[in-house]
Amino acid sequence: MSQEPESKPPGEPAAKRDELPSGREGHTPDFSPAEVQRRLRHPVSFFRRTREHLIEGGVFLCGVASILAISLIFIFLFREGLQALRMVDTPLDFVYSMGVQLEYDAGIDDVVAVGEAPQLAWQPVSEEPKLSMIPLMWGSLGVALLASLLSTLAGIGVGIFLSELASPRLRGVVKPMLELLVGIPTVVIGFVMLAIVAQPLRQVAEAIGLSGVYGSTYNMFVGAVGVSIVIIPVIGSLVDDALRAVPDDLRAASLGVGATRWQTTWRVVLPTGVSGVFGAVILGFGRALGETMIVLMCAGNAAQITGNPFDSVRTMTAAIASEMGAAQVGGVHAQTLFLVGAILITITFLLNLTMELVVNRFRRKIRL
Amino acid sequence: MSVLPKQAVKAPSPPPARPAPPGHYLEVKNLSVHYGETQALFEVSFGTEKNTVLALIGPSGCGKSTLIKAVNRILELTPGARIDGDVLIEDESIFGQKVDLISLRQRVGMVFQRPNPFPKSIYDNVAYGLRIHGVKDRSTVDDVVEWALKHSALWDEVKDRLRTSALELSGGQQQRLCIARALAVQPDVLLMDEPCSALDPIATGKIEELIMSLKQDYTILVVTHNMQQAARVSDHTALMWLGKLIEHNRTEEVFTNPKEKITEDYITGRSG
Amino acid sequence: MTDEARQSIETARRKVTGKTKAPLWAVLFESLVRGITGAVILVLFFLMGTILVRGGGQITPEFLLQAPRDGMTAGGIFPAIMGTFFVVLFMIVMALPLGVFGAVYMVEYSKGGIMSRIIRAAVNNLAGVPSIVFGLFGLGFFVLFVGRNLDHHIYGVPRTAEEVQAVQAEMAPLQAEAREEAINLADERGITDPAELDAFVEAYVEEQTPPVPRTVFGQGAMFWAAATLAILVLPFIIVATEEALRAVPPSTREAAYGLGATRWQVISTVVLPQAKPGILTGAILAVARGAGELAPILFVGVTFFTPGLPLTEPVNFGLFSVPVVNPFEEFMHLNYHIYTMATQHHDPIGTRGIQFGTTLVLVALTFVMNLMAIVLRRRYSKKS
Repeated sequence: MSQEPESKPPGEPAAKRDELPSGREGHTPDFSPAEVQRRLRHPVSFFRRTREHLIEGGVFLCGVASILAISLIFIFLFREGLQALRMVDTPLDFVYSMGVQLEYDAGIDDVVAVGEAPQLAWQPVSEEPKLSMIPLMWGSLGVALLASLLSTLAGIGVGIFLSELASPRLRGVVKPMLELLVGIPTVVIGFVMLAIVAQPLRQVAEAIGLSGVYGSTYNMFVGAVGVSIVIIPVIGSLVDDALRAVPDDLRAASLGVGATRWQTTWRVVLPTGVSGVFGAVILGFGRALGETMIVLMCAGNAAQITGNPFDSVRTMTAAIASEMGAAQVGGVHAQTLFLVGAILITITFLLNLTMELVVNRFRRKIRL
Repeated sequence: MSVLPKQAVKAPSPPPARPAPPGHYLEVKNLSVHYGETQALFEVSFGTEKNTVLALIGPSGCGKSTLIKAVNRILELTPGARIDGDVLIEDESIFGQKVDLISLRQRVGMVFQRPNPFPKSIYDNVAYGLRIHGVKDRSTVDDVVEWALKHSALWDEVKDRLRTSALELSGGQQQRLCIARALAVQPDVLLMDEPCSALDPIATGKIEELIMSLKQDYTILVVTHNMQQAARVSDHTALMWLGKLIEHNRTEEVFTNPKEKITEDYITGRSG
Repeated sequence: MTDEARQSIETARRKVTGKTKAPLWAVLFESLVRGITGAVILVLFFLMGTILVRGGGQITPEFLLQAPRDGMTAGGIFPAIMGTFFVVLFMIVMALPLGVFGAVYMVEYSKGGIMSRIIRAAVNNLAGVPSIVFGLFGLGFFVLFVGRNLDHHIYGVPRTAEEVQAVQAEMAPLQAEAREEAINLADERGITDPAELDAFVEAYVEEQTPPVPRTVFGQGAMFWAAATLAILVLPFIIVATEEALRAVPPSTREAAYGLGATRWQVISTVVLPQAKPGILTGAILAVARGAGELAPILFVGVTFFTPGLPLTEPVNFGLFSVPVVNPFEEFMHLNYHIYTMATQHHDPIGTRGIQFGTTLVLVALTFVMNLMAIVLRRRYSKKS
């Protein structure tokens, strides 16, 4: 202010010449503000207005794309899947089918047919296709439950470690590692389990006396372990987020009345964050249910109902992945696989909904 | 303090073709603002003349920021804000059908509470307004940038580093840069929303000097919670209280001879 | 002060200052938690180490630059590398604009309105859809619905059994006529050998009757695979972009609006440039994710073997003419290569080396991209 802008010290503008793009020295600009004002104060042109509207329309379409995508997914899965219902006599065909019941006859030392009985069998390419989805659902549920069990325990441990125990420095190292673990393609995990882990696992099991029950090298348990590798970091990360969202004053209050760190974690932090943790577990379960490549490669892929976690199973996802390529499009097998997909997406949709509700409750609680 | 040789820089505005308008240069009429359910402004009315500084004072949350944000309609960006009443500039409603929001905001410039330069170079910050309005030829942009920076008393501090990032400037410099940025689009009215609240006393002093010199060319509305500042820079002062306009008068009058009890209490520090 | 009182104060003080010894269960629990985390990290190192050791020896120029040969027991994985690269490239080209502008719509236009809430619900659900379902969708929608309809409308390929019959009915008289002509012609030329006659008639009929329409779009193809993957990664890009946009301080937006910028000017000149690092991070993660998925593209175009990358006829670019990648062909993919070699090759044990080599290449690709994203995000979040 105290300096007249025009009175530039001489000899200095050399550097300034580079600064003003037009290369002119800092003289008092000889422009007329009125002229600039006139150039600026034009009414917004039709072109600019139209462009603005066009862009808004385009951006809107991009916004709608994800709505369109999820709707189309539901529509096309159900469209194809419901065709399967029309191809069978009764929807019950997807639950059980009548099959010859065999019984051992001691008299002739052989099995004999004693009549028909409902069977829960998935044999879609046999002479008389048996389309019971129960074995597939059984397999999916088994793998997902087992994997959830393993990864919930481990994931909560990892989450507690990250949010309550680790120094910021350690956290900064561990968290990216978890992200890298999540980033490993599932085919790779399936492959390593199949090629390297499954066989030694069997030997270990036999060494500790499980040879009687260890049915197959590739089984539900191996699949579940593989799936857990993917899910543990996910649950761990989410539990970490949930626990870190617990306000620090709660911790301070607890520590302030003389509780130890562990009492604080156990009695204050975990109960407050429990719905967030629960949400993480549901999400993990949904992921396990939807996981394809790992179970396809390591769970043995035999469609059967078994209570033994060391037997082979085929999950819904694995059935789709392994059979769709060979199924005749438009045939009852392919359409049934679409139906399996439709059921799968409905289940995960409901799980997502549950999680949303739980997490919303959690958010409200935290805000209190 | 020597005043900028403004007449040399900005051509004296041609005498108005029509006679001076009957109302005030800028007039706020029965302005009410709701944020959702809560009402933030209650039927505020006042006027202010060309080339004067009007200070809006009052405790935090009394609606003064809301008020000036309504004047260039930037308030409409806030979700849920509803505006009733009218604002006239030279007897024309800014809410009229024909009013173009873009031109309005160009005509009514705004400086915000915290310096908010774009993370671009100093030069690009000042040139931003010109460029978005289609003035792109280099010599004009250069001229305007230099003129605006001189006008906001920043030129001598930055003339050798126009290409460096604006974020490297100090807070006070950033705020003057924001003023330069607003000036570059040649507004008539300048709205300043607590322009010094984030600055240290020295930087504040510079901005205050600047405000006083700028009133030669602009009509200025400045929001402040600092009464000394209002007393120093403004010609008129308006006191806001809980969304209502309590008193509006010449600054000396407000500070020496307040009409209202609330005003008296407020300026003597008994409340607020 | 009595000794008792002093004692109790001392106990209380020790408790408050945390100098009491933690109970045994707490110590156990703490070490358990540390142990679990350590084990998880060990799993990462085990996976990486094994793949590096077993796959490392496999990586040779030949392995990287040649196609498989000798019944997939030798040669390289070049077509699979290129197939993966191009499918992911097409994917990100489709998904990035959709995702970025979808997020722009949510944050800058709809602003928490009803539309943005619907979009958020859609995005959340899309992110939860199992990957194999995307595979079914890709097949059902892109290949069977879009592709077959394109074929039908452009090339007249029949879609349904009735249409197939119609085409056959149309062709039948023409074929019969041609056959008759062929037999007469053969008679004239004195062809009597039945086999020779058959061959002659077949060739003649084929030559004389209009060609049977060929499927172009209604089959698995790189383009459909890329489109399927694009939908899969769309939610990730949207969420990442949204976060980046929300991180742009509202004050900068206000400044631009205050100068009279239009909404699009504010977005394009102020908001997007500031959000760029965040968007880039999201895009890299999306690419890594897309490259790591197999289930979604299993029925949409991956194939066990192609001798090279599917190419078109040379396209003239003026100065030179080169063949370009044909996105409407089937392609090899690293993930599929690992999967089929490990589970469907006639000698899965003997080709373990190739499998580990392929795995190493894939892991290296995704690892590098994930690492890039992590580093980028860290630098970015430090700055702001």
